[in-house]
Amino acid sequence: MFDFYFELPLLVRLLLQGTVVILVLFPLAAACSMAERKISAWIQGRPGPNRTKPPLAGFLAPLGLVASIPVLGTLLQKLGIFQLAADGGKFTFKEDPVPGHVNKFYFILAPIASMIPALSTVAFVPFGAYFDAAGELVPVALANVDVGLLAVFALGSLGVYSLILAGWASNSKYPFLGGVRASAQLISYELSMTLSVLPVFLWVNAPGGQGTLSLFDVVQSQSQPGFWGGTWYVMTMPVSAFIFLIALFAETNRQPFDMPESEADLVGGFHTEYGAFKWSLFFVAEYAHMIVGSGIFCLLFLGGWNPLPWVPLATVIDWLGFLPFAAHPLFVGLLSITLFLGKVGFFIFFFMWVRWTLPRFRYDQVMTLGWKKLLPLSIANLIVYALGIAWLQTR
Amino acid sequence: MAVVTVERKPLTFLERTYLPNIAAGLATTFKRMVQPVETLEYPEQRPAIPAGYRGVPTLVYDPNGREKCVSCQLCEFVCPPKAIRITPGEIAHDDANAHVEKRPEEFKIDMLRCIYCGLCQEVCPEEAIWLQNQYSMTGYTREEMVNDKKRLYELGGTLPDTHFKWDKKKAAEEAAAHGGAHH
Amino acid sequence: MSDLLFHLFALLSVACALGVVFNKNAVASALCFLLSLVGVAGLFVLLDAFLLAVLLVLVYAGAVVALFLFIIMLLDMQGGDRKRFTKATLLSSTVAAGLLVTGLVSFASHGLVETADPATVKVVGSSLRAYAEQLFTVYLLPVQIVGFLLLIAMLGVIVLSKKFEGLEDVK
Repeated sequence: MFDFYFELPLLVRLLLQGTVVILVLFPLAAACSMAERKISAWIQGRPGPNRTKPPLAGFLAPLGLVASIPVLGTLLQKLGIFQLAADGGKFTFKEDPVPGHVNKFYFILAPIASMIPALSTVAFVPFGAYFDAAGELVPVALANVDVGLLAVFALGSLGVYSLILAGWASNSKYPFLGGVRASAQLISYELSMTLSVLPVFLWVNAPGGQGTLSLFDVVQSQSQPGFWGGTWYVMTMPVSAFIFLIALFAETNRQPFDMPESEADLVGGFHTEYGAFKWSLFFVAEYAHMIVGSGIFCLLFLGGWNPLPWVPLATVIDWLGFLPFAAHPLFVGLLSITLFLGKVGFFIFFFMWVRWTLPRFRYDQVMTLGWKKLLPLSIANLIVYALGIAWLQTR
Repeated sequence: MAVVTVERKPLTFLERTYLPNIAAGLATTFKRMVQPVETLEYPEQRPAIPAGYRGVPTLVYDPNGREKCVSCQLCEFVCPPKAIRITPGEIAHDDANAHVEKRPEEFKIDMLRCIYCGLCQEVCPEEAIWLQNQYSMTGYTREEMVNDKKRLYELGGTLPDTHFKWDKKKAAEEAAAHGGAHH
Repeated sequence: MSDLLFHLFALLSVACALGVVFNKNAVASALCFLLSLVGVAGLFVLLDAFLLAVLLVLVYAGAVVALFLFIIMLLDMQGGDRKRFTKATLLSSTVAAGLLVTGLVSFASHGLVETADPATVKVVGSSLRAYAEQLFTVYLLPVQIVGFLLLIAMLGVIVLSKKFEGLEDVK
């Protein structure tokens, strides 16, 4: 059915895949901003944006038609979907002044640079799987490479440059402080993050294996038969998961770690001097990082696309055997992507839930937590698990 | 006075990890999230106005349908921002309310000047001007924001009255005219 | 395709390396360094050495340059007036250039560049297991020595930068 696709030249296929990623990730990140507004509203006892309705005339008439569908239109309006469209239009078309005192080249470069890691990390994240003709599970990913996790970390760590650049190029003190904080925070938490995932890979790379850092293999090792084969790593390695989650909050600059943009003391932090489309690019990048980070957490610790612990995808497909199309690769792929996106969605929600619950840490608290608590904890965790895994696997 | 220094209780290990408090906070916000929203969605839903609310000043009729204002102009004089303009007028002799002698020919309250102080209501000897529960005054032009007599009575309507001052006075005069011998 | 990419990445890394040296602005220099590293990482990818490429980006581009930028911004370094060449710098740069040229010439004339079978190179280059085995068997001693050197350097920095109340603390 999809043979024509694989007959296309490689370059065209890659271009197509890249376009699809941008077309999916960009609106997804924008939708996250609406989710953020809605969730903050619900937590604060407000309904949130629920009024915007496109007119039935003019070039917005197609949207207006959707809005006038009886139940669905009202629901979309209540969920603020049209507000989202209006926001997008506003960010695109409003005046985008460049302040006179900035370093123009780097000022404009910064939001563009923020897009590169934000949109490229997702290439290494497998977000679903299907069974090929031989019954082998094949991941759905743009690039299923051996060093998947490291590649995500490497590209993700480039995201901080846009913040530093923005803070430095703005040439005023609050953005500058934001940029300095961003670089310090990234360095502090990247160590704990990397150390916290090592036990997972120590366990996955059992003696005699080929050696892998692939995220797909991590999911595979969580979908084995038997009690220990089917447990998710969040159960066997809760401390790792915990450290990773905290470091993820810090790396994505989310509350309670949003030092680079803490509104209370830095006005807007690194994006104080930005407006309109450039500003929105920063936010798309932040949400894209959140989405990818949540995806990595789900793959590493929550069994990826397996619906429940001890219930891998294959078992579910067996249960659904009564459906005539249950074994079709397309169905399996869609099912796994849905399961995976469901988990990612929960984590996005969790990020927002935490943001609207916790106050921001003080800067020195962030540094203390990173260097004096999280780093020793992750090193101790690594040593304990290294010894434990060595004992278990050589027994 | 003796100063008692209260020793700050050292935090327990769990408290220093922040975790129990974070969990409690998350529980609180989650509970809040599933509760119904508190917001009043204004133009569709209106707040309940408590009795005694002092909104837009209005003119009122008495229960017999007589306009209570006798255009004494006290409110015009007392009004601090000079928002009120009254043109007094005579009541024709053949009118049912001829005994009241005067009524306003025109009564204008400029709501761009009004400060809702309520002095007009305070000073009115006839209880004819009332600050009622109307709280939203909008208009596109300055002229629209000036309430004339017609609009003031529309806003005011009829209020219950226990005095019927002018009716009693008329009755007393009529009684005096008929049986003045009693005096 | 591969040749074109090689030239592209090579040009990028060399041009940016020159930019690091000749830029007057410290931040711009650091960013040129970053781009240069990305170019080198691209070259590694062309050689199928994904792990090296990723580690280069992760460690150098991700952390070290961020640290550079942090320090540059923290100290608020300004470009501008540079000291002219002194005798000492002239001498040392001549020696360095001489060493470099000698090294290159000797490498070109006497160097043994193994032109191994590309297939085996690929296996060694892309497999984590091969890396790990080489690192912990053949190259264990150099790795340990480099690690100790780094540790000593770090301790030295701490001793130099920390203000001690009395000399007794240092002993």
